[in-house]
Amino acid sequence: MNTEFEPKILAFVCNWCTYAGADLTGTSRIKYASNVKIVRFPCTGRIDFMLLLKAFAGGSDGVIVSGCHPNDCHYTSGNFHARRRWIVFRELLDFLGIDVRRIQFSWVSAAEGAKWADVVNKTVDNIRALGPYTEYRRAAEYLAGNEDVLLKEQEVTQ
Amino acid sequence: MEQKYIPKASLKAWLGKVRDDGRRLYAPVTENGKTSFRRVKSADEISMEHVQTAQSAKGVAFPRTERLFSYVRQPDGDVTLQDYDPSAIPDTVVFGLRPCDAAALKPLSGIFGWDTEDKPFSERMRRVVFVGVSCSRCDAFCFCTSVGGHPGSAEGSDILLTVVGDGEGYLAEIVTDRGRALVEKGGDLFESATGISKEDYLAEVPVRFSVEEVQRKMAGAFEGDIWKSQSARCLGCGACAFVCPACACFDIQENARGSGAGDRIRCWDSCGFSLFTLHTSGHNPRSTQSQRWRQRLLHKFCYMPQRLSVRGCTGCGRCSRACPVDMNLAEHLGEFEHL
Amino acid sequence: MNELRSKAKELLDSKAVDLFIGYEEGTRLPRPLIATSAEEADRLIFDERCTGNLAVYLTRKDLAAGGRKVGIVASYYAMRSISRLLDENQLREGAVKVFGLTQDGGLTLFEAIADVKQYLQETPAPSRQVEDEWAKEIAEMSAAERWKYWTGELSKCFKCYACRAACPMCYCTRCIVEVNRPQWLQPWAATMSNMEWQLNRVMHMAGRCSDCGACGAACPLGLPVHIIAHKMTEIVRQNFGEPTETGNVLSTFSPNDKENFIG
Repeated sequence: MNTEFEPKILAFVCNWCTYAGADLTGTSRIKYASNVKIVRFPCTGRIDFMLLLKAFAGGSDGVIVSGCHPNDCHYTSGNFHARRRWIVFRELLDFLGIDVRRIQFSWVSAAEGAKWADVVNKTVDNIRALGPYTEYRRAAEYLAGNEDVLLKEQEVTQ
Repeated sequence: MEQKYIPKASLKAWLGKVRDDGRRLYAPVTENGKTSFRRVKSADEISMEHVQTAQSAKGVAFPRTERLFSYVRQPDGDVTLQDYDPSAIPDTVVFGLRPCDAAALKPLSGIFGWDTEDKPFSERMRRVVFVGVSCSRCDAFCFCTSVGGHPGSAEGSDILLTVVGDGEGYLAEIVTDRGRALVEKGGDLFESATGISKEDYLAEVPVRFSVEEVQRKMAGAFEGDIWKSQSARCLGCGACAFVCPACACFDIQENARGSGAGDRIRCWDSCGFSLFTLHTSGHNPRSTQSQRWRQRLLHKFCYMPQRLSVRGCTGCGRCSRACPVDMNLAEHLGEFEHL
Repeated sequence: MNELRSKAKELLDSKAVDLFIGYEEGTRLPRPLIATSAEEADRLIFDERCTGNLAVYLTRKDLAAGGRKVGIVASYYAMRSISRLLDENQLREGAVKVFGLTQDGGLTLFEAIADVKQYLQETPAPSRQVEDEWAKEIAEMSAAERWKYWTGELSKCFKCYACRAACPMCYCTRCIVEVNRPQWLQPWAATMSNMEWQLNRVMHMAGRCSDCGACGAACPLGLPVHIIAHKMTEIVRQNFGEPTETGNVLSTFSPNDKENFIG
């Protein structure tokens, strides 16, 4: 059995560009890493930043967020708004010590099937090198049978 | 009550022995200017320079977040339940709680023991020994003597220590059998104590109001304007309730993990929050902050004395120290006296 | 001080305002006073110890937001909040008279919030040196050290939400932590959910935060949550410049926003 670490990656993508692009990757028969699970959104502007944290808490080692290139948004400016949100969110996460290297932002259009394969492969390689993101998970899941951590947390409450 | 004497130099040795059978020792530790109860590995970490810790010691028996049970749905649709497991609760010694904190164990036990006994609380209480330390100092927020307490009260403690002499030793009053067992672990470290009176070494906490009069006036003030004027500046946070040694309100929450598994969780809640009494219908019987403030005081000073024969306040003054807008409880209670 | 009292009394007596929000002497430090009569206004004080942000009372339904006219004393940072509240349609021009603490240490009466805005534009913000250095110190740590620092600090949080209650910009009647369909944040106190709460609080403050530090001052456990908000102010300024009156930074965009982190 292969005991090598297999990264779990969650991808939040927009319906109009990246999702269609990922579809093209498949219909073009381009092989790429199978570590990614795709969640489809109407638009990158609709991706709440909490979802990225929920992904980490739920067991993801890395996250991809991808949508239409600037000026290509189906809703005109959803991706521009998303870009702003990512700028501040990313810097804030970094300030709190959350590992921003595990979040890959990208623009992938409906015509870029090959680019999607490339983004996924590169992200999987990066996360494989970084290893599993246990810190976040442990902190988030302390109630799930981790009594030692629970007790440690209680120490400071008393 | 049996009395012993322990020199200051021997105290650390005793606390070391208290820990040597695997018990956890919680004691006040100062960090960034705030003193809190922490689990300590060595008696050297303990600091006793404070008047009062930022938080009370109630978390030992009533943690801020606690799992009540867990469940897993099996592939066949059945649900297996893992009930609360008291065997996971460690034996614990709490060192250095003030008499007002120890006194608050009675109202807490009253609430958790009323009608149906609360298993997590009572199982935790069964495994804790409380070593109180009398107060030699007080501050402008302390008012224990106004609510029936005393800076040298042994109520609630298993052992009560009082710093005597010029601080070179402690008078130890052994209150319970659990306390006696703990003193016996110290062996020769404890000496006999004769002719020492702790009264000479206690803080003088002024009596700020007559609590009987306050309670009488408060009980008749339900429709009065005083609640509104007192709570005008209240921001509606939960700081007062969370630092209170006698506040016991909690919320029940679900930690559902999506795959048919999850935990039922109990966590602290506060009657000062606007959602505390919000009904599903959208109706809120306590829709304004003044109504919530009224509930807080009446619960502590009228309803609890009526139902549990104990007040829900021991005069520790934490709520007043913690309040971002200086809602000083002793001052507010004093206003009722002159109503 | 006497001038403040007499002016407040005059305003209350002439019914120019229905209530006057200021400070009175407290147990250790001055505390908020909401005066509704000239008699109460006699207790008003204002000095360098009054560092809070009284603008938090302006959105309370039972106080200012209920259509009542209000007088308020405000530090520079509280004036920023007041200006912002007007931009967000939480205040009506004409409903608030602001006694602003000006640079010379005196009090100036601003009859309209437009005048407050003018003053804010002309006057540099008082130094935030302590916060600047604190944030810098944290930023210079390694990522692992930062994680340790913040999980250590935020593990202590017991979620009393004093940070939210003390913030003038946290005026939502239903906060994100109180909705459970979906439940974005776990409502109990635990390290990760405490951190996620702060992340949410500060993300919602992006470009709106006046950087007054009231959240940190309110924390009964002394946690440096205001440093996270301060950092957000820095991030916004570095990326998008000084906040403008046209919407908050996250509800608008520029085609030239940086994207060096997007692959």
